Amino acid sequence: MQEIESLLQGFAVALSLQNLGLMFVGIVLGVIIGVLPGLGGANGVAILLPLTFSMAQTPGGQTSAIILLSCIYWGALFGGAITSILFNIPGEPWSVATTFDGYPLAQKGRAGHALTAAFTSSFIGALIAVIVITFLSPIIASFALEFGPAEFFSVYLLTFCAFVGMSKEPVFKTVASMMIGFALAAVGTDPVTGTLRLTFGSVRLLNGFDFLIAVIGLFGIGEILLTLEEGLAFKGASAKLNLRAVIETWKELPRYWLTSLRGAAVGCFMGIVPGGATPASFMSYGVARRFSKDGDKFGSGQIEGVVAPETAAHAAGTSALLPMITLGVPGSPTAAVLLGGLLIWGLQPGPLLFVEQKDFVWGLIASMYLGNIAGLIVVLTCVPLFAAILRIPFSVIAPIIIVICAIGAYTVNNSLFDVWMMVVFGVAGYFLKKLSYPLAPLVLAIVLGDRAEASFRQAILGSQGDMAVFFSNGLVGSITGLALLLLFWPLISLVIARLRRRA
Amino acid sequence: MSEQSAERPAFRLKTAELAVAGFFFLLGAIVIFDSVRLGAKWAADGPQPGYFPFYLGCLICAASAINGVMALRLSGDRNTAFVGRRQLKLVLSVLIPSAIFAGLVGWLGIYVSAVLYVGLFMRWLGRYAWWKLAAVALGNSVAFYLIFEMWFKVPLPKGPIEALLGLD
Repeated sequence: MQEIESLLQGFAVALSLQNLGLMFVGIVLGVIIGVLPGLGGANGVAILLPLTFSMAQTPGGQTSAIILLSCIYWGALFGGAITSILFNIPGEPWSVATTFDGYPLAQKGRAGHALTAAFTSSFIGALIAVIVITFLSPIIASFALEFGPAEFFSVYLLTFCAFVGMSKEPVFKTVASMMIGFALAAVGTDPVTGTLRLTFGSVRLLNGFDFLIAVIGLFGIGEILLTLEEGLAFKGASAKLNLRAVIETWKELPRYWLTSLRGAAVGCFMGIVPGGATPASFMSYGVARRFSKDGDKFGSGQIEGVVAPETAAHAAGTSALLPMITLGVPGSPTAAVLLGGLLIWGLQPGPLLFVEQKDFVWGLIASMYLGNIAGLIVVLTCVPLFAAILRIPFSVIAPIIIVICAIGAYTVNNSLFDVWMMVVFGVAGYFLKKLSYPLAPLVLAIVLGDRAEASFRQAILGSQGDMAVFFSNGLVGSITGLALLLLFWPLISLVIARLRRRA
Repeated sequence: MSEQSAERPAFRLKTAELAVAGFFFLLGAIVIFDSVRLGAKWAADGPQPGYFPFYLGCLICAASAINGVMALRLSGDRNTAFVGRRQLKLVLSVLIPSAIFAGLVGWLGIYVSAVLYVGLFMRWLGRYAWWKLAAVALGNSVAFYLIFEMWFKVPLPKGPIEALLGLD
């Protein structure tokens, strides 16, 4: 039980007064970010990332910084449920499925019950995912220590093929937006030879496009423009959460243990294989509807219909950090931003982290336990406060959010050009989102582009250009094979459907 | 959604799809062009710098071409409004001031631009009384100044007015 021992050491790191304080600050900021339109987990973390630059310079500061940022992420995951249930506006894409039963419950005057169910199941989903991380990540990391460039490239390939195979968006739109991400990553200095690429003589483009700017623009500005179309006012149910509703719901919740467990399993799987929290929440909702006794009542305000997507979304959101810390491959856009943070603080994400930065890794894992407990307490006690934020008129909150985005974009590199690029990415985000081009693969491609290319080139350099290197042994061969299976999954499922119809 | 269909479209889905697909195709072509210039082949010391981007460009062009064809085949009744006129007006009424704000930051600094931007935004879209928007706009910038310059010691761009006040 070496994991338990390491975890206890992690708790010793995470339980310092400073880190506990940062945890609460992170959670509160995260919930606010999750509640506000236009700010979400990914761009919220991206905007606040520059504030941690100086924090990470101090001894032990990297751990504090990751605790702050990951708690913002947990907070945002919790916050999404508040707007879905009270206002029928999913604050985050993964809480769309929560609106199906959450909002009807609120309309029936049972908002408190829905909120308690959502928060509690989020917490349980996250807890199960953290337990999975605790025991699975050291194994994966020690396994990955043996990885060479070919293996790493095959893992990257798997990540991106999973997007093609699992996304709900049209396949070629996924491919196009992913490849645009890679192309944006390729701008600037070639990681292997140092040649300038795609800069066309412009000094501004020497360093390429920063993915943080892309995240802030695409998700922040783009989201605000989209929200605007719906009009300027939010109408919502009142947020009352008294102790009685909480206790009543907690008494009811154990009945849905199987739904929770299924949701957590779907979530963990979808988070580790980068499908992400959003499809996980939909899948879990669908599965729960099929298996539940009250399946036909789903959509009219069933507590179970809140439990299913919330457990899955939180489990997926949490377990998306597993491939990030063990392999250096993030499972979601927010995990990608956290990975970017690690790189900026001078840490090399990947299996070596478990050997060289034990305090950091186990501090982070311990903070996941503590952060989610802190999160549950904060959201249960402060819901009315957070809901009040949404009552601030849009014409006041929107310009302030855009100013925050601009400050975030500027502080990444202290460059005004980045602020302009943020606006450009915002317009792009508006168009792409409306035309259902998925944004997550684009962002992940910008983050991983250089590393994917470097490992690809190292691998084929070793094999003198022979692509067979990606099938050269059982491990790399099966990962590549799985990747190709996922890549062609839309085609395969089409063929299967055709054959069935004929039979 | 019913509101949306009743509204006169500013432009339709097909136009938007084709524009984005065309734009992406162009980007792909630029990537291919530059990759070929750098050399996208296999040299004596391994793959040339353009090797990887060349295939990216090809994939972008191919995927965009397919997306373009799909858009062309969009039938009449599915070719709904991409954005309604009223919606577009709202979006532009936020986008244009935001773009101007981003431009002003370099000249006036972020704090003064933010005061003007938040204030005018509230005036145009919210029709607030002057004293209310002055309070929110000034309070917002002062709060950001305290948070970033004092607390986190992150310097943000400043302009002539801060220099005049001696806050630089």
